[in-house]
Formats: sequence, C-alpha cells, structure tokens
Amino acid sequence: MSRLFACLLAILSFASLAQAKETLTIYTYESFVSEWGPGTKIKESFEKTCDCTIEWVSLGDGVAALNRIKLEGANTKADIVLGLDTSLAAEAAATGFFGKHGVDLSLAKTPMPWTDEIFMPFDYAHFAVIYDTEKIKVPPRSLDELVNGDASQKIVLEDPRSSTPGLGFLLWMKAVYKDKAADAWKKLQPRILTFTPGWSEAYGLFTKGEVPMVLSYTTSPAYHVVAENTSRYQAAPFNEGHYLQIEVAGLIEKSPRKLLAQKFLSFMMTPAFQDFIPSNNWMLPAGTTATPLASAFSDVIKPAKTFLFSPEDVYKNRRAWIDEWLNTLVK
Amino acid sequence: MITLEGVTFRYETMLMNFNLEVADGELMAVIGPSGAGKSTLLSLIAGFDEPVSGQIKIAGVDMADCAPDQRPVDMIFQDNNSFAHLDVWTNVALGISPKLKLDAKQSATVDNALAVVGLTSFKNRRPTELSGGERQRIAIARTLVRDKPVLLLDEPFTALGPALRREMLDLLLRIQREKKLTILMVTHQPEDARHAASKIGFVESGQILYVMDNKAFFAPTAPAEIHAYLKG
Amino acid sequence: MAQYARKIKIPKLPIVIALGFILVAVTSGFLPLFWLSLRAGFGGLDAYLPRVISFTLKQAFLSTVLSLLFALPVALAFARRQFPARNMLLKLFSIPLALPAIVAVLGIIGIYGNNGFLHGLISVYGLPGILLAHVFFNMPMAVRLMLTQLEAVPPESFRLGAQLGFTDSQVFRFIEWPQIASSLSGIASLIFLLCAASFAVVLILGGGPQATTLEVAIYQSLRMDFDPARAALLALAQFSICTLLVLIAGRFAQSIAVFPRALGEIRRYHGKSLAARVADALAIFIGCMLILPPILQVILTGITKIQLDHSLLRAIITSLTIGFASASLGLILGWVLAQYTARSRSAVLRSAIRVASLAALIMPPAVLATGWFITLTNFTDVSRLAAVMVIMLNGLMALPFIWPAIYPALVESMQRHDRLCGSLGLKGWDRLRLVDLPVLRKPIGLAFLMGMIVSLGDLSAITLFGSEHLVTLPALIMRQMGHYRMDAAAGTAVVLSVFCFVLISLAQSWSNSRDHA
Repeated sequence: MSRLFACLLAILSFASLAQAKETLTIYTYESFVSEWGPGTKIKESFEKTCDCTIEWVSLGDGVAALNRIKLEGANTKADIVLGLDTSLAAEAAATGFFGKHGVDLSLAKTPMPWTDEIFMPFDYAHFAVIYDTEKIKVPPRSLDELVNGDASQKIVLEDPRSSTPGLGFLLWMKAVYKDKAADAWKKLQPRILTFTPGWSEAYGLFTKGEVPMVLSYTTSPAYHVVAENTSRYQAAPFNEGHYLQIEVAGLIEKSPRKLLAQKFLSFMMTPAFQDFIPSNNWMLPAGTTATPLASAFSDVIKPAKTFLFSPEDVYKNRRAWIDEWLNTLVK
Repeated sequence: MITLEGVTFRYETMLMNFNLEVADGELMAVIGPSGAGKSTLLSLIAGFDEPVSGQIKIAGVDMADCAPDQRPVDMIFQDNNSFAHLDVWTNVALGISPKLKLDAKQSATVDNALAVVGLTSFKNRRPTELSGGERQRIAIARTLVRDKPVLLLDEPFTALGPALRREMLDLLLRIQREKKLTILMVTHQPEDARHAASKIGFVESGQILYVMDNKAFFAPTAPAEIHAYLKG
Repeated sequence: MAQYARKIKIPKLPIVIALGFILVAVTSGFLPLFWLSLRAGFGGLDAYLPRVISFTLKQAFLSTVLSLLFALPVALAFARRQFPARNMLLKLFSIPLALPAIVAVLGIIGIYGNNGFLHGLISVYGLPGILLAHVFFNMPMAVRLMLTQLEAVPPESFRLGAQLGFTDSQVFRFIEWPQIASSLSGIASLIFLLCAASFAVVLILGGGPQATTLEVAIYQSLRMDFDPARAALLALAQFSICTLLVLIAGRFAQSIAVFPRALGEIRRYHGKSLAARVADALAIFIGCMLILPPILQVILTGITKIQLDHSLLRAIITSLTIGFASASLGLILGWVLAQYTARSRSAVLRSAIRVASLAALIMPPAVLATGWFITLTNFTDVSRLAAVMVIMLNGLMALPFIWPAIYPALVESMQRHDRLCGSLGLKGWDRLRLVDLPVLRKPIGLAFLMGMIVSLGDLSAITLFGSEHLVTLPALIMRQMGHYRMDAAAGTAVVLSVFCFVLISLAQSWSNSRDHA
C-alpha cells in the first residue's frame, strides 16, 4: 500500500517536474501581440533568459485590459498587465490589485523623471497633429493656431469617451487652456470634421485624403518613412508643448509568480525588449536600446515642453472634464 | 361561339396544337390525362398565354390583340380565386369596378349575386375563414356580376366532396341556363362531365383528339384512348 | 390557420430549450450588471440621458422611414421585371450587411466625401450622413425581404387582376401592397433596432458628441468609466424602449393572409406601359446609385492591395467557421421559435418569442458580453471559451435576420401541409426531412445566408471576445488599420466582400437547383 503511494507520489512529482517551466501570463492590448507587433519577438527574447513561457492574453486595448482585471478581481490569472497608460495608472493602482515593481527607477528613459513605484514605463510618444504636406503648406505652429485657424482646413479627432488618443487630446487642451478649455473647444469646433470611436478610424479617414489633419503621435511620420518611404505626412510641432503618453506595465500583487514578473519588468528596460519597440510598436523606447534609433525615429520632433497630468489628477477629474467637453460641444 | 383554328403554343418541350369549336350556350367539358394541355387551352382563350400561331375567335371577333380583361371571358381557377385580405363582398365587387366605386344599383347587383350563390350571410367575412366550396362560390358570384358570355372553369371543384361538387355543378347549370352562358370546363371527374356537359372534348398530348356528345363519349363505342383514360 | 393548428400537437421540448437558451443568455448577461447597480445604488439620471434617448429615437426613426421608402419601389421593380443584370444586382445588394461599419463608411466617404465624385450632394457629417449610411446598410436588406414576400404571391392573383382589368396601381393596391404589408412591421422594427443600436456609424459620421446614441453611452460607461451600474441603467432604458417598440410593432403586424400557393411560374400581365417601365427602371437605378458606388469604391480602392499572407488565410478560415456555426445556431433557434409562434394560440407567448428573437438587438452585445464574463469567470477560464462566446453572440445577432426570411414561408408551408402530415402521422424528424426541408429550401437557404453574412460582418462580438488566436476578417481589418496598414485593410475588405458575394451565389444556386423537381 505504501509502495503504491510512493509510486503515485513519484508519478505526481514527475508530472509537476514536467510542468516546472513556469508560465508568465501577461495581459496586453491586441496590437502589441498581433503579427506586426513586438509581442512574438519579445516572447522569444525573454524565454531565452528564463526557464519559462510567456502567455500573452490580448484584449482590445489598455482600457479593456484594465477592465478585465477589475472584472476578474482576485481570480485573475494575469501576472502582469502591459499597455496601460499614465491616464489609467491611478485608476489601475486604486483597484489595489497591483504591487510594487521593485525595479530601479533610474532605468526609465522617459522625458520626465520616473517616480512611480507600481508601474514601469516601456515606451512613450507625444500626441501631435499630423498633417498632409500635399494639402497643407503652412501647418499650425501652436495649439492656439489650430484652435483659431482656418475652419475650412479640418482635423479629425478621436472621441475622448472611447479612445485613448481622444482623451489625450482633451487633456492636452485642458493643460494648455485650463479653465478656458471650454471656450477653446468652442472655437475649435468648426475645424473638427468628426470624432471617431478610435485611432484607426481617424487615421483611416486621414490617409484616405478625406481630411488634411489628424490627431496622432509624434512617431507617426516615422512609420510612413520606414514602411512607405514617404515623408508626405508630418507632425506639426506646437510651441506650447505636447501632451505625453507613456505606456506602462505593472505586476499583480497576488501573483504566485511575482518574482518572475519582477524579472520581466526589469527585462523590459533592456535592449532585448526595447529594440523591438520603435519599428514594431511605433513608439519611442522608454529604456535602453542596443543601437541608436534609426533616423526616422531620431527625426521625431522633440517638444520644447511636455505636458502630463499626474495620474491622480486624471483619475479625479476625467469624468468632469469629459462632461465639460460634452456640454460645450452639444450646445 | 368560340373557335380555335390552328392555334399552336409551346410549353417547355411540348408543342400544342388546338382546333376547336364551341357553340353558343353550350357546356363543354374538357377531359384528358394530366399535362395534356387542358389548362393551357383555357389560358389561351382567356388571354393569359399568347399563341405562337393560329387564331382564336369569340363571337366572330379575333382575340389576338385583346387583353384578358377586354375579352368576353371569365375564368375560375382551381384555387386562389379571391384576394385573401379582402372580404367576400369586396371580392365580388371587384368584378364590377376595380376602383371599388359602386353606385347603389351596382351594390344591389353584388348583393343579389351573393344571394344567388348563397353567401349573403358571409359577405363580411374574409375568404380564409370560409370552406373551399364557399370560396369557389365567391368566384361564381363574381362571374355573375361580370356578366361575360363565356365562362372558363379550370378544375374548379376538384377539392370538393362528391355531394358538394354535385351541388356546385347544379348551381352552375342553373346560372348557365338563366344567362345563356357558353362554358368550357376542365375536369378530372368524368362523372362531373357526364352530369353537366352537353359535349365533351378529349385532350391528349397537346391536341384535342375528339369532341363528342355526352352519351357517345361514355358509350362502349367510344375510341380506345377514351376507354383507356376512363378506366385509368 | 388556427383551424388546422388545433389538431396538431406541438412538441414542447424544442421550444423550451430554445427559449431557455435565449433567456439564460440574456439574464446571465444582464443580471450581474443589474446586481452591481443595485449594490451601488442606481446612479442619478443626468440631463445627458434624455438627450441621448431622443437622438437615438430620432435618427433610428428617420433611418427606418427612409430605408423603407427607398426599398419599396426598388423591391416592386425587381419583382416585376426580369432583366439580364437582375440576379447580379440582387447579389450585390447583400454585401452591405457584411461590411464592417468603418469599411462601409470609408466607401461612402469615398463617394460623397471631400474627394468623392458626388461631393457636395449631401453633407456626410451630421444627421444626413448617418441617415445615408443607415440607408446604405438597411435598404438592400429591406429590398431582399420584401422581394421574398412578393415572390410568394399566388400566380392566380395576377391572372385574376388581368381578367378584372386592374390598372398598375390597382395591382399594387390589391395584390402587391397587402403582401408586403403583412411583413412590413417586422422589417421596420428590425431596421429600427439596428439603427438604434448603431455605434461606429453614428460616431464617425455624427460629427461630434451631439450625435450620441444609447449604445455609445453604454459603451462609454462600460469602458472608459468602467461603471457597470450606469451601463445597467442605460441598458435597462434601451431594453424598455426597444421592447415597447417591438410589442407595438407586433400589434400592427397583420396575420399573413395567404392561400396555399400553387407551385407555378409567376407571370405578370401588368406594367407594360412605357411609363411603368421607365418608373421601374428609375427605381432600380436610384436604388443602385445608393448601394453600388460605395461598394465599388471599396472594391476599387482595395483590389490591388490584397496581401495574401498567412494572417489573411487564417482570418478567412476563422470567419467561415464562425459564420457557419453562428448561422447554424441562429437557424436552429429561429426554426424552433418560428414554428412554435406559428402554431401557438397564446398572444402573450407569441410576443415573448418575438422579443426573444430580437434579444441581441435589444440588449447591447457589450452588456451581454460583460455579464457573461462576470457569470462565467467564477467557473472557468473564459478566454478558452472565446470562440463559443463569439458563436453564441453571433447566433443571437443573426436571429433577427433569420426570422423574417423564414417565418412567412414556414407559416405558408404549415397551412399547406399540416393536415396531410397530420393524417399521415408524419412528424418530427421525418416531417422535417421529407416535407419541410425540401419545400422550404429557398427560405432556409436565404435565412442561413443572412445569418452567415451577419456573422461575417460582425465586429462587436469579435472585439469583445476575440484574441490573437481568434481573428476574423473584420477583426483583421481593424488590426491592420491599427498598425497603420490602411492599404492592407482595404485589400482585406475586398476579400470580405468577395466572400460574401460567393456565399450568396452558392446559396442561390443551391436554393434554385431543384426548383423544377
């Protein structure tokens, strides 16, 4: 009887030995792991450094990933959530599911010093108005020129109720105009062709030639240079400064693989991760890369001034600011 | 008088060729195997199908350029003789005026026709609420108000039981006598033909092979094809 | 109908299963959110909500009226005329249903937008643009559904009309209109619900937050705000309004008063005048001008940009598999529900079934998906069930399209065959195999096709449950666009359209193949 038990134990331990390879489950947004995103390459790259497997779970976007964590609560099988941005960070932290990352903060190469102990940044870009040089010879040089400019030259924006860039632009307007933001929106309104549900629809309208300006990222021109070899689409530098989007990752406090998760977050700041960011995720690396960036990326405009509300401010005010925007434009 | 001279018509692969004379006031039954062209014969006379060649005359007038409603003809089908969403009275009234603008006298005509066929108490009902026999009475009532000298019947009572069928035939005969109608009736029931028709036409393979008196048709001396069909 | 129905015993089990399935699907979607909102205490109703509701109703009402007004003459003209390109046009008319909103919108903008050849004809951004897009999506569907009705007119009716000397307008009044009217309220409520639930079209073409529908507000509260309580409240508002409308529409639905139709060829004796022919040609021309240019724009933009790679092939296979499964699920549910409705004498039950068949339009998919997730996450790893969830949601979404394609034909077939089958003791599987399937192959084919096309074009279920392992053609289009690959996305849109076209052709040749049996 005891021999049988020993046998069983042996089989069981053998089985668990076979499964000893840990699986790190990372929730991220869909385009990070699609065939053109950096996900697959980063998986290979990280798996070389550990005896483990990465399992990507892709959700629509960063917001969807956070909502999934909220829905699953303590039952989540995620070890890491990758792809939230700073506007969501405070809300994510407030759920209490995320733990401290323990990574050296000085490794983060963001436009402003990184101080967050819960989330680590992995890439960033400034929001920018991208214009079509074939349609616009003199682009607006400031947000103010955009707001007060020729209403016949339209811009397509994303809806802040459903899209991250849309929210980014709303914050940009708020950062520049503060309590006068509503007036500025009112003035800008005639120039807005429409608000789309997401970035893709807006950019689709723009590249189709329907509208000469679109809200996107400072890095967008780099795609057209690298993939299409054209400098037709350019980012307009605004002299007030640009609003920043930083994408971050955080680990789940209750994860049984917290150590491995921490290891991944450290790995995230190294060239083995960062080298895949620019030309796969079309963002700027927030860590060290092995080689200097390709010229398309080093040409990306570097704003004189960077705006970024603290995550707490965004968390507290987002609803009120969106309602303000809504009431201004509907009247 | 109805005359068909060398009327040809092609239905799918079958070539039909009809020659026929029906005298005024006659009730001729048309009998023959399925697919022989009986219904097509009626359709040609009613104007629903156009002959490839030949001539159809009614009362001496060539029907070639006459639309169905301009012919002195009324036709009753096996089914779907009324509009399901209109009540009985309206269905009959359509026979007088498709605009449904009837003066008092015309309304009385409709009421009268309904009385003749025994549908007065049903006049506000929809045809879907009636039995098969009652529905065919709607068609007969409409024939009455349309008052055309020629009536074509395409297996009108096939769906009815023997007693009811006999009743309907008698109704038809009564109307025929009163109105001096010329009737051509396609039927699958030889006993209907024997009961009602003065003459019987036998159709096979797109041709009218024989037209005979009622007695001769059912006599032992009748041609072999007719025997074969009747035994069938 | 009732007079036959009384003698037929209705098997209870299938209807219990089908209704139970839908009931569980809806309640397991809605109740978790409702429970959350009870705990949170219902949030206040802000001034925003009445505005959103009134805009939702206004645009949906106008879209429905316009779609039907355009569809009616086009359907009549198609029913009256045989011409060489007729079949081709009808097949093209099925494509809009399969196009994801963004693709259709880009096609419409390519025609009416700032660079389009019809630029300036209509202002694309704002209410007119929304209406234009909704007509583009729904008018062709209405044409097909009306045409199915018109083709069920007994051939004798036209003969009778000819004999009674009907004018063209009398043919319309006594024959064509009653036939269409019997299904009009069903078609209208379907279009209304689709437009009320429209999301991407409203956002892209609406021009700003003044064009906000309930669906947008629900999406916002489920995503950016993550406020399930508010979402539940909004969903409840949508549910109440839509259910009320469906029930009202149901009262106007005329019972289908048709006699069994002889299986003959329909020949028309009317509309021979030059004026009538010109009018019909004009109707078809206008209909085509509304539908074809955006489709052509989509095709011409993308035809040279198809990137035939691994991901495209995988998306094709995924789309077809999911489409097939969803259409089958929808068809089975639709069949059971329709059969029961046709026989049931309980008006309450019939209304309940009617509402159940529209569940996925009345209850926003985003709400269902979130609720299902909350329910299931306690039992299992939901991401492994992604394909099942997508098929379930798509099946429910297909049901409203399957219903009008199948129900009238089913009723007619029952009127014709119930007595005979009853007397022969033919029932259950044997009756299905020997009578219903062969007799109803045309409407069944159309219903299946509708279900498949709905699933083929669906972006909401796949966005809610899809993953990197589950990418359908519309999801691939969004992926490609998300990666700046607008050209590849245009190519994929062509592939999607072509597949839709091929499916329609296959279904048509199948449903026609044994017509002369």
